[in-house]
Amino acid sequence: MQLGKKKIAGLLSAATCSLLANPVQAEEHDWDIDSAVLYYSEDDDRVDAFEPVISGKKDLGDEESLSFKLVLDNLTGASATGAVPSTQVKTSTRPSGNGTYTVDPNDTPLDDTFKDTRVAFGMTWEKPIDRNNRRTLGFNVSGEYDFASASANALWAHDTNQKNTTYTAGINVEYDYIDPVGGAPEGLTSMDAQDKNDTDDRTIVDLLFGITQVIDKTSLFQVNLSLSESSGYLTDPYKLVSIVDNTTGEPVDQLFENRPDSRSRQSLFGKYKKMFANKDIFTASYRYMTDDWGIDSSTFDFTYRFKFNKGYFIQPHLRWYTQTEADFYTYFLREDERVPGDASADYRLGDMDATTYGFKFGREFNDRHVWSVRLERYEQSGDSSPSEAFGQLDQQDLYPDIKATIVQLSYSFQW
Amino acid sequence: MTVKYHWLILCAILGASGCSSLGVKPWERYELARDDMLMDSDPVDLALDEHIYFSKEASSGGQGFAGGGCGCN
Repeated sequence: MQLGKKKIAGLLSAATCSLLANPVQAEEHDWDIDSAVLYYSEDDDRVDAFEPVISGKKDLGDEESLSFKLVLDNLTGASATGAVPSTQVKTSTRPSGNGTYTVDPNDTPLDDTFKDTRVAFGMTWEKPIDRNNRRTLGFNVSGEYDFASASANALWAHDTNQKNTTYTAGINVEYDYIDPVGGAPEGLTSMDAQDKNDTDDRTIVDLLFGITQVIDKTSLFQVNLSLSESSGYLTDPYKLVSIVDNTTGEPVDQLFENRPDSRSRQSLFGKYKKMFANKDIFTASYRYMTDDWGIDSSTFDFTYRFKFNKGYFIQPHLRWYTQTEADFYTYFLREDERVPGDASADYRLGDMDATTYGFKFGREFNDRHVWSVRLERYEQSGDSSPSEAFGQLDQQDLYPDIKATIVQLSYSFQW
Repeated sequence: MTVKYHWLILCAILGASGCSSLGVKPWERYELARDDMLMDSDPVDLALDEHIYFSKEASSGGQGFAGGGCGCN
């Protein structure tokens, strides 16, 4: 359609007048605040976590911003030690060396002293370098009763192709200090020997390379390549491996686990986001991870945000995860077997699948404050009757399922 | 292991190429500029989830630096 010069002039005049007559009543807000409380509870009186978090972002103008995040994490309950069940009542020393615990016949041995409070704090400073480049600098610190961590990161982002393509590159360096209750045990020594060092530490260096690409007016995708190198004490000081009798399969001793002192991980992550004409939003992501411990994993994650009148929304979520076991993962060690250099019965290093499903329900208001409730179930399972089981182990559940409920209340506002 | 590593690099390079023909004009970014269309539109949810899965599974990260180490036994 051709518009005449007079018509264009008229439209511009009308637009200018309407702008002058109705000055934008934009309120000056200093902070965008996100707050949430997470409650995570495993069935069968396993781990419970209560985690309040608050984060804030202050707009400093000219696309410069300063952000902070504070997280409290209260953990209680019982965690599997890695020891195998027995047909007999077993009284064992706790991995920390403090006191004993009794395990009923055919029950999974759990360390019932699992109780910790974690505090984590981080800050991020984002600042444009020029029209197409910006950099982000940040640090994180966290502390627990037996663990402390400090990390610093730098991220550079470069926009090109009319800001339709953004390249990112970043580095994160983390130092962890581990001070286990009772000391850091010597790996693959008997719990009875209690051969322990005082403390230990590790460093982790992560590199991230990413591309974010706008596809069209309503969709975009992101691809990230991550490389991670960990070195130092990577063992869990509270996890055990059972030595079992060659014939009966009954546990006769418990060793502290031992993992390699380095780990190289690579992961490829892809995410796609699409808004439909009715403003519903579909998000899908996939991550492939591989490491030199022999673990390969795939993670699929999908959300779909249905939007309704008055800002209400409901967002179903489905996540599926699968991993292969670490080379040194074992359910137990036989008495006649030579003790290997590394061994762990930690379920987190075993073959497993996990599914998360649930939904988030909330409401967005025009002044950008949002409340929401998230309710999800997490279910993890592995091979509970592996082919290497024998004797009494044949009748035991050697990889108990974990089932947990996740409830999260969130509130975001401008202040 | 080396083969897997090369596979990752290849995928990243393929992902990086062929992007220049995609995209929109600056005045067509209305929907993309919405908070809920940001790639990290729910950073708090992401950080909480990362913490849960880090303590239950052998994989973590991929989307950035979630921050804050964890004993997570």
